Amino acid sequence: MNVVHPFEGIGASVRRKEDRRFLSGRGQYTDDINRPGQLYAHILRSPHAHARIGAIDTTAARAMPGVEAIYTSADMAGIGGLPCGWQIHNKDGTPMAEPKHPVLAEGKVRHVGDPVAVVIAATRQQARDAAEAIEVEYDVLPAAATLAQAQAPGAPAVHDDLPANLCYDWHIGEKAAVDAAFAQAAHRVVFETTNNRLVPNAMEPRSAIGDYDATTGEHTLWTTSQNPHVIRLLMGAFVLNLPEAKLRVVAPDVGGGFGSKIYHYAEEAIVTWAAHKLERPVKWTSDRTEAFMSDAHGRDHVTRAELALDKDGKFLALHVQTQANMGAYLSTFAPCVPTYLYATLLAGVYSTPAIYAEVKAVFTHTVPVDAYRGAGRPEATYLLERLVDVAAKQCGFDRVELRRKNFIATDAFPYQTPVALQYDSGDYFSTLDQALQSADWAGFEARRAEAKARGKLRGIGISTYLEACGIAPSAVVGSLGARAGLYEVGTIRVHPTGSVTVLTGAHSHGQGHETTFAQLVADKLGVPVANVDIVHGDTAKVPFGMGTYGSRSLAVGGSAMDKAMDKIIAKGKRIAAHLMEASVEDVEFERGTFRVAGTDKTKALAEVSLAAYVPHNYPIEELEPGLEETAFYDPKNFTYPGGCHIAEVEIEPETGRVQLVNFTAVDDVGRVINPMIVEGQVQGGVAQGVGQALLEACVYDEAGQLVSASMMDYCLPRAEDLAPVSVATHTTLCTHNPLGVKGCGEVGAIGSPPAVINAVVDALRDYGVEHVEMPATPQKIWSILHRQQS
Amino acid sequence: MPQVTLSVNGKSHTVEVEGRTLLVELLREKLRLTGTHVGCDTSQCGACVVHMNGESVKSCTTLAVMCDGAQVTTIEGLAKTDGTLHPMQEAFREYHALQCGFCTPGMVMSAVDLVQKNPQGLSEQEIREGLEGNLCRCTGYHNIVKAIAAAQDVMHGRRESLAAAAE
Amino acid sequence: MYDFAYHKPSSLAEAARLLAADPDAKAIAGGHTLLPALKHRLNRPSSLVDLSGIAEMRGIRREGDSLVIGALTRHEAVARSSEVKSAIPALVHLAQHIGDTQVRNRGTIGGSVANNDPAADYPAAVLGLGATVRTSRREIPADEFFLGMFTTALEPDEILTAIAFPIPEKAGYAKMRNPASRYVMAGAFVSKGKMGVRVAINGAGPCVFRQAAMEAALAANWSPEAVAGIKQSADGLNSDIHGSAEYRAHLVSVMAKRAVQAAG
Repeated sequence: MNVVHPFEGIGASVRRKEDRRFLSGRGQYTDDINRPGQLYAHILRSPHAHARIGAIDTTAARAMPGVEAIYTSADMAGIGGLPCGWQIHNKDGTPMAEPKHPVLAEGKVRHVGDPVAVVIAATRQQARDAAEAIEVEYDVLPAAATLAQAQAPGAPAVHDDLPANLCYDWHIGEKAAVDAAFAQAAHRVVFETTNNRLVPNAMEPRSAIGDYDATTGEHTLWTTSQNPHVIRLLMGAFVLNLPEAKLRVVAPDVGGGFGSKIYHYAEEAIVTWAAHKLERPVKWTSDRTEAFMSDAHGRDHVTRAELALDKDGKFLALHVQTQANMGAYLSTFAPCVPTYLYATLLAGVYSTPAIYAEVKAVFTHTVPVDAYRGAGRPEATYLLERLVDVAAKQCGFDRVELRRKNFIATDAFPYQTPVALQYDSGDYFSTLDQALQSADWAGFEARRAEAKARGKLRGIGISTYLEACGIAPSAVVGSLGARAGLYEVGTIRVHPTGSVTVLTGAHSHGQGHETTFAQLVADKLGVPVANVDIVHGDTAKVPFGMGTYGSRSLAVGGSAMDKAMDKIIAKGKRIAAHLMEASVEDVEFERGTFRVAGTDKTKALAEVSLAAYVPHNYPIEELEPGLEETAFYDPKNFTYPGGCHIAEVEIEPETGRVQLVNFTAVDDVGRVINPMIVEGQVQGGVAQGVGQALLEACVYDEAGQLVSASMMDYCLPRAEDLAPVSVATHTTLCTHNPLGVKGCGEVGAIGSPPAVINAVVDALRDYGVEHVEMPATPQKIWSILHRQQS
Repeated sequence: MPQVTLSVNGKSHTVEVEGRTLLVELLREKLRLTGTHVGCDTSQCGACVVHMNGESVKSCTTLAVMCDGAQVTTIEGLAKTDGTLHPMQEAFREYHALQCGFCTPGMVMSAVDLVQKNPQGLSEQEIREGLEGNLCRCTGYHNIVKAIAAAQDVMHGRRESLAAAAE
Repeated sequence: MYDFAYHKPSSLAEAARLLAADPDAKAIAGGHTLLPALKHRLNRPSSLVDLSGIAEMRGIRREGDSLVIGALTRHEAVARSSEVKSAIPALVHLAQHIGDTQVRNRGTIGGSVANNDPAADYPAAVLGLGATVRTSRREIPADEFFLGMFTTALEPDEILTAIAFPIPEKAGYAKMRNPASRYVMAGAFVSKGKMGVRVAINGAGPCVFRQAAMEAALAANWSPEAVAGIKQSADGLNSDIHGSAEYRAHLVSVMAKRAVQAAG
């Protein structure tokens, strides 16, 4: 049998194919690309959170060296606003408010960083020099940056026609059932919390290059995107009115996304439009400070939750009221984050029979908020897993046993929750037990005592979580307001000599697709990983695909490839049957070899592919030449990874400093293709979750100024802020996709924040502390201890 | 315009720059060595780290005019001319110490300097502290720390190769 | 960054002349304080005078019972100097923990002290050891050098050339970093020797300052316990999202205690 050696199919920790170019400095990120005759754009941004724009005087700026053009919204008349890709309906059935999101501010600026004008010049520095010479008259108005400010009576309106700043008031679940359950509850536990606003901070700042070929009328946009086809659709159809055939969008190597590079941003439209107008390539690259005020932010919820329990601790009902900050405008997928990616997750891993959630989305004078790693699911998980700990403490239950008592039984799948989702598979007991053992939960008190002898307060925390990813069944999300399909596409191109090129609509910006996807091909078609090339990120090369976010690449994109490989095998069998003079029904295929069943007659894939492209001896009457197949895969359901995370922290009481000392993750991500990459994804996700729990806070002051506007004030985790992260998997297969895979990109960021905060609260148990809001900074911990002591 | 002559990856260049041109701009825009990246504007992320006269520096916080006569090594110059990767590059691959690859050039250059300056060997905690000038948003550092720990043994001749060490 | 003219004099006299000739000129050595400010266009010098070619500003040497460190000495050189380690080990500890490796490879002691960033490390050592600042035209005692936030006794065309640190019997330094920027949120440098008992506090206030009550307490009883109980007033201290004035005041006592512990 033609098995791939060394084994590099499903389950092998194949070293990454993409690494050599990244390690040699030969990756090609957007800002690394330079076009002949290229100009540079600099965006002049609002310094105010809210102001009416008066006159804009560009006279002096236009006279500056190197300046080619200066544009304001007046020059962009006829250009559409940035579209929103998801429409939510209010409780009363009316659609959400959807104010225009102009590419350049029209009449008013609504957040610090709102683009006002663009300068295009021969060099970056000249463009920036000239931008400073533009004089903008601002009539500064009062601003509302926080949810509380924006909902206060008489609050300044972000959009003049929306005086209450309300985007939507939405709900899910059965209120009557919840009310009835609460009426009979032995325990009612209330928990209120803020889910802190975050700035994604992918290490590569966003960048975009527009190019225009006047002879063909073709536009090309190179951009730091997780989904070039989505950008082409949104920008072409809604903003610039360009047909797909005249617009190519390329997302080359992209240096991390975490959601922030899903959305269609103004700068993409600006450089594409300006390149056409000037007939010169135009490049824009954000600097980090600009990124803080122009990349979509994440999280920012305020929530009140109440849990009803019976006397034995069984959860009876959950009522959740959440306010979600949308920022000043609706980013591409913003409305679905606090609704269908959040409230639908409020059952978690528990068999709570009645759930009712109400969500108000509110406009504020801040940067738009959209999906950031996990998107809605971290907020739901944090709420639930803190709430369970609070309930355990208030009602006198052991926090682990309370979880176990309420888990969905392993034989209860498929399990229908009261909030729309139907879980296909899971085994929360096993991931819990495995994590408790791996983290030596039972031996913790000895470690607490040892730490105490060193003057440290040690705590341990647990989170048993679930998420929904692999988005998503198109018809389902369409009925919920999505304005796009969420299938994926894969093309398998077997070349004449048997090497393979895969075209995928998924986009790799750190996930290692070039390796994992090649392993799928190695496993199924028996082609060595080295002979499989993955092509992605270019609308001129790849069929229309939906990109990478929501841990969907393998579950949806991988399944599309699998379907395409099925088609390859089916056609290959017909060719092989012809070559071996056998009937098609008798031909078997396994890892690269076609065989007439029960005989030693075989044809290698390469022999079949050669025959397909050199069809001399070929069933040409009934079969087209060539061996290339495309499949679109639309998932039947979400996938439901879950697991257990356990964190241990030590607090230094004198300074309030919290140090993560240990982290254990046991995750069920479905079938694992490359364990090395899965571990890396979980470790990275955990780092971002720990960042949210301990370090990261995006802060606006009352005037709407962004206080944490650079890495000097926004604290990203460094190596010494983190600890070794032990990762293990316990697999139950997804039942509805051909690979049995679930997804691993977001689990780390979803499961970890409550584990860390539960550990912090546990460390402070002798101080009567019920809750610590994220991030648990030294100052915050010190304040709590200081208050308790005085 | 001021002129600066410097050696980059063993090759001498004489380049006209503005006074305000940063070393990283000279490398990326004048020499088209785009392996050195810019990830922040506050000298914190370390994506721009190169070696100057044998020491790691942040090329975003170094004026090109101040590099006259300097010997600069960038990520492009770290592997041998025959393409053999430096043990640190090899260790990053073997231990999956990179994901998106954007911080990687700076991280590798910092790591090489860190190991070279500490022939006595570094503990896991010392490696974490030694990476204080570099940010990575993808890996959680876990595998970066492991890679550096393995590479130091090869660089100091305590181990011949990295093979099979990462299983 | 705005553009500027660039000069690289090879002597102190030439550098002073360049600075005197252009009131908008600025001196640069390692550039690790100046360049970040220039990149954010917070500053617009017409020319930069690069001091790095001036031989007389280099070197670490003993002069009697003082340790003299040339202004161009990089933090990493101090951190690795056996001369400094044998004379004032607390200074080695301080230098080892400035910024990060790359900052230490470029940043200089002269730049740090001349800039007088309230969150910088070296001013605490200069004041806490009672050092003397040597310049192109005079010697300035530490107590007269640091005048306020980013303000020193240096004249615009006066160049800091070296710092002479009296070698103490004991000295120690401890700090709490701002978790994001890694600059000092509150730090304490303590020493005991012929300059008396000195406690300098950095990071907490708008300018490095001496903590008189702690000095008195340590003079009476050199022990961590002697300073641990002394409360720093929060009045006039810095306050930001990472540390309120009250929190910084608290940290001053903790860091002073730790500095004394470190001093032994």
